[in-house]
Amino acid sequence: MSELAIDLEFILGRYNYWLFSILMMTGLYITVSRGNLIKKIVGLNIFQTSVFMLYISLGKVTGGTAPILTGDPDTVYSNPLPHVLILTAIVVGIATTAVGLALVVRIKETYGTIEEDEILELEHDMDFGNGAPQGGSRA
Amino acid sequence: MEHHSILRVVSKLLIPPMLVYALYVQFHGEYSPGGGFQAGVVFAAAFVLYSLVHGIDALTKVAPPRILHILAGIGVLIFAGTGLVTIALGDAYLGYYALAENPQHAQEWGIVVVELGVGMTVATVMLSIFIAFASHTRKLDNKDW
Amino acid sequence: MNANLVGIAIIDIVFFTLLVLTAVAIIRQRSLFAVAMLSGVFSLLSAGLFVTLDAMDVAFTEAAVGAGISTVLMLGTLALTDKDEMKRKRSALLPLLVCFVAGAALIYGTLDMPPFGAADNPVQTHVAPEYIERTPAEIGIPNIVAAVLASYRGFDTMGEVVVVFAALVGVLLMLGTTGRPSGKRKE
Repeated sequence: MSELAIDLEFILGRYNYWLFSILMMTGLYITVSRGNLIKKIVGLNIFQTSVFMLYISLGKVTGGTAPILTGDPDTVYSNPLPHVLILTAIVVGIATTAVGLALVVRIKETYGTIEEDEILELEHDMDFGNGAPQGGSRA
Repeated sequence: MEHHSILRVVSKLLIPPMLVYALYVQFHGEYSPGGGFQAGVVFAAAFVLYSLVHGIDALTKVAPPRILHILAGIGVLIFAGTGLVTIALGDAYLGYYALAENPQHAQEWGIVVVELGVGMTVATVMLSIFIAFASHTRKLDNKDW
Repeated sequence: MNANLVGIAIIDIVFFTLLVLTAVAIIRQRSLFAVAMLSGVFSLLSAGLFVTLDAMDVAFTEAAVGAGISTVLMLGTLALTDKDEMKRKRSALLPLLVCFVAGAALIYGTLDMPPFGAADNPVQTHVAPEYIERTPAEIGIPNIVAAVLASYRGFDTMGEVVVVFAALVGVLLMLGTTGRPSGKRKE
């Protein structure tokens, strides 16, 4: 009975790290397995957000409240430091996402596609084929 | 999208409160959740809504990209310049205590000015990035939606 | 104390289930418009999760940035590129394996970590109490996050602002400042 209680405490103390790891791997899976560049960026965003969640959950104190002073000396506050780091990281994240999306737009204009496989094929043709990518020039 | 009157009316109702709310978040950030980053994004979102309803050309008339780019630079300079001012007044870089006699007032002054710089940069950068994407596109017809 | 933890756990698990469902929908969905909207949903849900974890400022930012601006930028990109994802010929087995192994390693790593929410965790005992104790006397503003952001770690924030500005410069270099496509479009 007491062993079961300890186990429950162990799980309650760590389950959300596990949940965020699973979410992180979902993001990684999208990034690695999908060939579409926009979907890759969405996957990166999911990965990034789950890292944010991990950071924020590290700063949580049970029974605490948001780190805004209430004037009551007995109030327990959660850790403000992860909040600061992640707050700025979110804004920088959108800035880098915007750069990534701009790159995707330029890739579309240059290659005519945003699928990784097609881009690799075109590059292969440019390197080893003779002539234009869509020329179909079989010597 | 000129004839979508519901969109036009609702956006007219929404945009002014959004702008005021952004200013509230900006200047009340010391007392409640908020600050320059959030305020900047909300401020930019109001302009984005305007452009989604009235078109990108109307937006660039209200907020010319050239001016936005200059304001983005000024925001960074406000932040960095605050540090130089505090050096000139005899404290460390971004050591706000030199800004006023009362140390708490000095800190508050420093934070308000710095957050203003942050808000300005974030708002103008988000808006300029949106304009860069949106005006890069071909003209959308109503049929596309 | 324990009842409190169980309560948080239930809310967490509800949010988490919704997040995973959204992520799985993003994996399966081929229409990129739907993917963009789902990523907005994902951000909004994670903002809700941040509220339960006491991070109001972060939740606010995530809701405004992730669900607002980021979705709009993604839709703007879709208008310039493709609407649908192509089916891939390559098998997704290797990525799946890599993710399983990496995830298992991460979860194995968490077994040594201090329990979630305990007030005596190392992360809670070094600088954080300093900030919470010194802010009322030294800065005198209630929002500790703003005090740390703009005063104690002002350098850090200045770096972030410069990064945001640099991102603008990057986007403008790639997409052009005049607003019209510079090169001729390949048909």
